This record gives sequence, structure tokens and C-alpha cells, in this order.
Amino acid sequence: MMKLKVTLSLALTLTASLLLTGCGSKDDTSTGGNENQTIQVEGSDTMVNLAAAWSEKYQEDHPDVTIEVSGGGSGVGISSLIQGLADMANASRQMKDKEKARAESELGVAPVKYVVGQDALAVYVHKDNPLEEITLAQLDAIYADGGTISKWSEVDIEIPGGSDEIVRISRQNNSGTYAYFREAVLNDNDFKLGSIDLSGSSDVVAMVEKTASAIGYSGMGYATDNVKMLKVKTADDEAAVAPTAENVINGSYPIARPLMIYTAGEPNTTLQTYLDWIMGEEGQAIVSEMGYVPVK
Amino acid sequence: MSETTPTVDSDFSLRRGIQKVVDFMEPAIVGLIYLCGWSAIIFVMAIFFFVFKESLPAITGIEEIGGGVDAEVEKLDLVEFTTSPKWIPESAKKPTFGILALMLGTLSVTVLSMVIAVPLGLGAAVYVSEFAKGKSREILKVLIELLAAIPSVVWGFIGLVVMNPMIVDVTGEPVGLNILNAGIVLALMSVPIIVSVSEDALRAVPDSFREAGIALGANRWEMVYKVLFPAAKNGLLAAVLLGIGRGIGETMAVLMCTGHSVNMPTSIFDPVRTLTATIAAELGEAVRGDMHYHTLFLIGVVLFVFAFVINLTADLIVKGIKVQENE
Amino acid sequence: MSSELNNPFASTEQEHRGKKVELLVKSCTLAMTWLLIIPVLAIIIFLVYKAWPALSIEFLLDNPEKKMTAGGIWGPLIGTFFLVLVSLIIAAPTGILAGVYLNEFARDNWVTRFINLAVVNLAGVPSIVHGLFGLGAFVYFLGMDRCLLAASCTVAVMTLPVIITSTKEALASVPMSFRVACWNMGATKWQTIRTIVLPNSISGILTGVILQVARAAGETAPILFTGAMISSRIADSGWDAMVPYGLEDRFMALSYHLYIISTQWQNVPESFKFGTAAVMIGLVIAVNSLSIGFRIYLRARKKW
Repeated sequence: MMKLKVTLSLALTLTASLLLTGCGSKDDTSTGGNENQTIQVEGSDTMVNLAAAWSEKYQEDHPDVTIEVSGGGSGVGISSLIQGLADMANASRQMKDKEKARAESELGVAPVKYVVGQDALAVYVHKDNPLEEITLAQLDAIYADGGTISKWSEVDIEIPGGSDEIVRISRQNNSGTYAYFREAVLNDNDFKLGSIDLSGSSDVVAMVEKTASAIGYSGMGYATDNVKMLKVKTADDEAAVAPTAENVINGSYPIARPLMIYTAGEPNTTLQTYLDWIMGEEGQAIVSEMGYVPVK
Repeated sequence: MSETTPTVDSDFSLRRGIQKVVDFMEPAIVGLIYLCGWSAIIFVMAIFFFVFKESLPAITGIEEIGGGVDAEVEKLDLVEFTTSPKWIPESAKKPTFGILALMLGTLSVTVLSMVIAVPLGLGAAVYVSEFAKGKSREILKVLIELLAAIPSVVWGFIGLVVMNPMIVDVTGEPVGLNILNAGIVLALMSVPIIVSVSEDALRAVPDSFREAGIALGANRWEMVYKVLFPAAKNGLLAAVLLGIGRGIGETMAVLMCTGHSVNMPTSIFDPVRTLTATIAAELGEAVRGDMHYHTLFLIGVVLFVFAFVINLTADLIVKGIKVQENE
Repeated sequence: MSSELNNPFASTEQEHRGKKVELLVKSCTLAMTWLLIIPVLAIIIFLVYKAWPALSIEFLLDNPEKKMTAGGIWGPLIGTFFLVLVSLIIAAPTGILAGVYLNEFARDNWVTRFINLAVVNLAGVPSIVHGLFGLGAFVYFLGMDRCLLAASCTVAVMTLPVIITSTKEALASVPMSFRVACWNMGATKWQTIRTIVLPNSISGILTGVILQVARAAGETAPILFTGAMISSRIADSGWDAMVPYGLEDRFMALSYHLYIISTQWQNVPESFKFGTAAVMIGLVIAVNSLSIGFRIYLRARKKW
């Protein structure tokens, strides 16, 4: 009997305290405090590896700062930034006008953009695929709605041990990578439906690894030994350019994009110190270590 | 436990005090119990309300932008929504919100999983309820329950890492993430509920039916087929419906196993995309207040309605059995 | 013909066939049963085999390090534990009282039928729709933001119907005569429930409740938008390692962790992915067997 009463009262106390803390947490967010020096980072999948690498190193040297990293995609990061759920949004695409307007109306300040690195969008095929280079026009014909290429034989390629059908691997439709590929390769035309749409950058490479007749696009930082990065030509008579840091910096690789971090208005001190560190020597060294291209 | 209740202990007066307080609180507690009793209704309505609320601007074209001010936003073309196979919610030119291909994706995966799961599930239920005895019955039931215990993301992982290469090797298809892969995974996931509900239905058939069947000279198969199945048909139907409900609602496993490709399916080796997986993959990235965001919630409403109709039907069928039994 | 005359108890042709058919049906259905069970056993064995190189106490107790390529799964593991705990604190009282209402108070009328229908439907709502509800109701409407509390509330709503159902079953197993005896002593309805019905069923109720919530904790879809995060620094020892997340913090969870490392993260060793999957299954099996054992123990103790 006694036991039961204790259990019951315990349950009641817990529920009550829970409700109280529930209310408490609401108050916390309304002040939006950063007192405990937690930095919430959210956004682009392309950059999540990079962001995690940065935070791991930074937290080692700055034990008073906690950095929470979530991925989800550029859109997630930006919408969390707009809703005040994140302090920094990683983005591999520019903010849309609609998002900017929303940010200004909800936050009262304009978001500030920092370019923290560059990424070459590599075109991946299986390592046994004999193809070495591809033109932007061919990519367009493979991926775009109404494009004419759907078989490897149409680009004069025979896949050893694979089917002739090109398995198109793409990204989910609101990732920054998807948007950039559409802009840079498809000239803003829609994608052909029926591609396999994966939700992570490394997912694409892993899928290409396992599928002999696949083609996919993803950040060059995700390359592994079992896939091949194609050289890209802007036109038939131009030279094919490999996705390397050098070619991105000298501007000859045609599909490279800036990697950005957005903050809500001018950053506070904690955030500013972190951003300075990212832009500094150590942060940029990690950028190249992770397979991306530093800004300087 | 009951024997300890009436003892008089040393802290009798304290207990009396607590007793009084507790008794005094009785009306409050009974009120609380009533409130909790109603909680299921409250939550079902709340789920519909909140999911519907977030999807509303897509239907009405009116969005509240704070401070009680409404703004006109683009309206969703409901005809396109239900009949177009094109799901291009993010487009530089003109977004298209058609969920036909997604619905067919859900349908094809669910149908295939039922084709696999229903015969196996019924067979297992017949064995467990009619043939297995004592310990072996208990063990089989526990093992089948184990199927239900594997989390859906683990099933997805198995589909992605184990079954994908297996299907590629066996069938020679270029990709192993397709209807077949998701159908098999989903079948294994929905089997436990089919087995347990149909076993209940079979056991609910009175033994006198079985005895009558045997006495008339029916063999075991004729007895099961001609006596048990007709007598338990409502329960079996409900079991299948609940399995379908499980299939339609499953998210993570199908996200990882179907190939997630907007496709009008033509064979079981086609990659497809389901309604649930689309929400899971895209909602995180959709800008709140955007058409895409509202439309994903509208897909949620569609799923809610599907699930509601299926569960309602299953429930009415089961109720039908109870009424029959009482007669 | 003659043998039949000699032995009137010999089986007839038809009985003979019946025996054969019975054997056939029995072995067919048995084969079907095993066709379901073998894959599960094979999968579990395969997972454990592949996970073996990673499985160790350190794998459980260390935090993910070096972009998930080293260390272990402590952060996600403790996150899932807190998710279960907080969901339990929210869902158990509500669900148990609802079960009490349905079994002890409710009359057989349309209201009760309506509630039962709601319970069934709540159980059938797809998990991703629960996630949408959690996002709309807890994260946005109640302003909790994405956090442990919001995710726990979402999981709590999801488990409510199963808790109600298992409570109802446990209560129904208390014989009516117990209640009648108590009422005859002049006790009120609540006194009867408090002193007789609940004490006699509480262990059964709790077993069911914990089992259901533990199962729900394996779900990914409801926490996807309501509070799960990929990585954060968690203390390696001391109090902060035991309680790394407050109610208003985001948290790591095993299910989300497995999803992330198997689809989004690069260079994660195979054995880590399989290890996480094996640990998840191991936990569920452990909770399952505990509850089954407890059920058997209770059944043995029952005196009626």
C-alpha cells in the first residue's frame, strides 16, 4: 500500500516538475540567450562533414564553447536560422529572395553571408566505367526533363557487367547541391523524373560505388577509391578539366560553387570569434583537409 | 498482495492523515481520470487539427503572417495535386505538385508486401493456433513478436546494405533498391500484426465448430478451410487491413529501400517513392510558409485520412464479430 | 475389403487420406512459420557477426569521435534512454488513467465506443504524421523549439494508445469479485481502484507500458523534425556524461544516429553501422525478454 502511494506521489511530482520545466524552457527561448556559449549550427549536407570537423577541432581548443551540429540541408539551416532555432546556417546555395524577406520580417535584421570555402561538384561514375570525360551538354541530356540520353551506348560506352540503362542518381529536391546542379548544368530546366533521389552527399557516392551503370553528382570531398570523378568539358572543342583544388581556384572547372555560412544579423562575440577562426589559417586548413577548396 | 492490505502498522495516524487527504481529493482524481479517458479523442482531433492547420494556406490561399494580418499566397491546384504524376516542388520555372506517382509508389509497395505477408501470416497463424501446442506455441509466438521488435530504421538499413546487393546479384537489375526490396522488408514488418490478429480471430472460433467439422468427417485442412476461415473471416480481414495500414504508414524503411525515385511503377524492379518517405526527406528542408511546406503537410492529411478509413473499417469489422458472438 | 472385416477399427480410406492431408497442412503451415522466423534469426546473426569487431564495452560507453569514424555510441544511447524516460513520465500517467477510465468507469454507450475508436485510430496514425503533429503542435504552436521535450511529447502521444490498451488488459484480468467484495465493504469506486484494482495489476501495467515505450523509442520518423540532432560534444565522464541533455536541448538518438551514419556520413566503418543496429535490436530484445520473464513470474504468483 505504502509503496503504491510513494510511487503515485513520485509520478505526480515528476509530472508537475516536468510541466514547470516545460514552461521554463519556453521562457529561455524567448530571451534567446547564448549565456552558456552554445552555438547551434545547422544546414547543408555538403558542409556537414566540414562543420563537424571544424567544431571538433574548435571545441578542443575552446572548452567553454559547445557547438551542436545538425545537417538536413541548406533549406533546413536557413529556415532554422529564420525561426531563431540556429545561430549559424551552413548553405551550399544562395539564400532565395523569399527567404531573405522572411528572415527580415521575422528576425528584424538582414542575414549576413560569409563565404567560407568552395566546392567542386564532381560527376561520379563506377570505377569500372570506361568513361573519362563528359560535356555539360551530355550531362544536360542525361539529367534534364526532355533530355535525349538514357543509355550508355548513346555516349559510346559499354559498361562491363552492367546494364545499358543509365541509372541517374540525384539529390532530394531542396538540397543546395540539387539547386546548384540545376542552375549550372541544366540551365534552370527541371530534372527528368525517375532518378534515384538520395538525401545525403555521401549516399550518392556510396550508391555509385555499388551500381555499375550509375552516374551521380556530389561534392568532390566525398570521393572514395571505388568511384571515378569525370573530367568536365564546357564544349566539345574545349579541354576537359578535372575537379581539383587548383582548377577550382583558377576558375577553369565549370561546376564549382561557394560554401557559405549565414548568421542572423551581425554575429555576437562568441559567434564572431568562431567565424574568424574558420576564416583563419586553422579553419581553412581543415577545409582543404576535408577535400574542399579554401577561399584564400 | 491483497493479504498485506488490512494490517495495522505503527505509522497508523500518519496513514490516516494521508488517507483523509487522498479521500478528500477523490472528486479531483475522478475528474482527472475522466479527462485522461477522453485524451485519446483529444489527441486524434489535435493531430488532425495541427496537421491540417499547417496545410491550410495551400488550400485557401490565405496565410497569416503574424499580428493578425493575412496575406494572399499562391493556391494549390487540387486537381493537379491528385492527378499529376509530376512531383517537382522545387523548380526554377514552375513547381508542380502532383502526388499520383507517390500514391502509386505507396500502393505498389503495400500491395506487394501484402501479397507476401498475407499467405505467410495466415499460414503461421493457422499453425500457431491449430497445430502448435504448449511450449512450442509460446516460443513461436515470441519469435514472431521479435519481428515487430526490430526498429524500422534497422529494417531500412538491412534493405540498403544487405538486400540491395543481393537483389542486384540474383536478378541482374542495375539497382536493388526497388518495389521488391521494400515489399519484402515491409512484408516482414507487417507480418506480426497479421499473425497476432488472425490468431486471435481463429482462436475466437468456438471449439464446437471444430468438433462439428471433424465429426462430419472433414479432415484437418477441410476443417480449417471450410469451417474456420469462414467463421473467422471478419477477423482475418481486419488483420489484413491492419497490415495494410502498417504498410502505408511505414516511413524510414521505405525511405531507405525503395530507391526514392518519382516513378510511375511498371514492374516490381522499378524504384519508386512513397508518400511517407517524401515527407521525411523533404520537410526538413522546406521553408516554413512555403508552398512546398504546406503541400507536405497536406500529404500528411492524406495519409491521416487513409489510415483513419482503414482503421475505422478494420474496427467496424471486428465489432461486427463481437456483435455476432453476442447474438 | 477382407481386412476391414477382420479389423473394424482400422482406418477407412477417407480417414487415411485425412491423416495425409493433415500432415501436409501441418508441415506447410509450419514451413510458412519458419519462413518468417528464419529471416529474422538470420538477420540478427548476420548483424551481430558484422558488428562483432566493434562490439565492446567501450563502444557503448565512448562518444562518437572523429566525425563518427571512431569512439562509440554513448551520446545517442543515453539520448534514446532520456527520450524513453521523459516519454514514459508523460505518457504513463495519462495512459494508465485512461485505461482505468475505460475499464472501471466507462459504461457501454456511444461515448465509450467513440473513445475506443479514437484509441484504435490513434494507434494507426502513421509515425511520420505524428512527426508532423509534433512539429506543428509542440515545436511551433507551444513554442518548445526542437528539443528533447518536444520529441518526448511526440513519442508520448504515439505510445498513448498502446499504453491504454495494455493497461485495459491488465485491469481486466483482476477478477470482478475483488471489486464487488470491496464495494460491499462500503468503499467508493476510487477507493476500490486505489486499494484493490491497481495494486493487483500495477506490475502487469508497468511491464506493458515500458515495453511499448521502449519499442516506440526505436522510431525515427517522429523525432526527425522535433529534436534529434547529428552531433554535439558530450562530456566523456562524470555527471555531464550521465545527463548530457536538458529538456530544452536537442539530443542524439540511436535510431537517428543509425540513419545518419548509414546514409549521410562518410568513411564510417562498416562495423560501426552494424554495431549500432545490433545494439538497437539487442536493447529491444533485452526489454522484451525482461517483460516476458516478468509476465511468467507474475502468472506464477497469481493466486486466482
